[in-house]
Amino acid sequence: MKNTLKTLLVLVVFVTASAFTTAGTGYDIGDIATDFELENIDGTMVSMADYNDAKGFIIVFTCNTCPYAVAYEDRVEALNKKYAAKGYPVIAIMPNNTDVKPGDNMAAMKARAKAKGFTFPYVMDKGQKIYPQYGATKTPHVYILQKSKNGPQVKYIGAIDDNYQDASAVTKTYAEDAVNALLNGKEVSETKTRAIGCSIKV
Amino acid sequence: MNVKLLSLILVFFYFGNVTAQVLTSQENNSTTSTTGLKVFDFNELESYLNSKKDGNTYVINFWATWCAPCVKELPYFEALNTNYKNKNVEVVLVSLDFPKQIETKLVPFLKKRGFRSEVVILNDVDSNTWIPKVNKDWSGAIPATLIYNKNRGAFYERSFNYLELETELKQFIK
Repeated sequence: MKNTLKTLLVLVVFVTASAFTTAGTGYDIGDIATDFELENIDGTMVSMADYNDAKGFIIVFTCNTCPYAVAYEDRVEALNKKYAAKGYPVIAIMPNNTDVKPGDNMAAMKARAKAKGFTFPYVMDKGQKIYPQYGATKTPHVYILQKSKNGPQVKYIGAIDDNYQDASAVTKTYAEDAVNALLNGKEVSETKTRAIGCSIKV
Repeated sequence: MNVKLLSLILVFFYFGNVTAQVLTSQENNSTTSTTGLKVFDFNELESYLNSKKDGNTYVINFWATWCAPCVKELPYFEALNTNYKNKNVEVVLVSLDFPKQIETKLVPFLKKRGFRSEVVILNDVDSNTWIPKVNKDWSGAIPATLIYNKNRGAFYERSFNYLELETELKQFIK
């Protein structure tokens, strides 16, 4: 009995510790990403499960108030235009606490989406439960997922491309390259990239 | 690469001018100043990171004027620079402001705050290459801070208040 208790205690400590570790690091390549049900700017709820015809998703954690995210708005829209019809639609998730960043509240999100003519859902991670599971730390932060029998599998994490300042000077289109590889039935060659971004506001 | 070598390719932005005046100078650039700003690419900045083995402790903070949590914690870094000057601690504030906002935002901001800490600008778009060189675990979110001396180094992807920052620093100077 004593031994069983001891084992149990060790197990509890271990499970708790690993739970915290997972929470801190988020998804890695190959992990199955959680679905979500988040409110879009049109008032509807959006889930990946709604997309029967999709082969995968381009999930972009982004917001109105971060200059890096703003610098990529047109490029995110271009990704959706190019890849939604091919089976990889963009879903943009705004992860910030809007008490800290009122400029990212639902009204502001609606206004920004309208001004920029977004054709993709721009949903709010209300309650901030989704971004920590993904391990997003900043805006913009991209996760490219491919549907698998176990759920949407993480295939790429990181930046959209290698030049936030000047879209015309981009030499490496990381996100596009990843989706193209998946569409061609190939492995993504560069699975993780890094870029400067604004920390997600909690 | 040392600081003197860097001074050969030094770029100064003068506060009074509307347009940035680009000069090359052989003057010593190691003095702290709020009247001139150095713009580096990562190779040039690298001499500030991890490489100085001179007995000082360096606190390198990555920030930008548009980053609210960065701006909030800047006074703590500035206070650290003042309070620990006699303990050979040097704070370097690395701005990631966009080039087109240096004149319109960064320069007026610095003028208003009057920081004594050294401020340099990092302008290098190839962040996928240089972020892991600062620290392998850095996702790229700012604020971010590097503290090091010849004995040890640590990297923090987080915000600080003064006490937290001081607590970390004390592990380097005891």
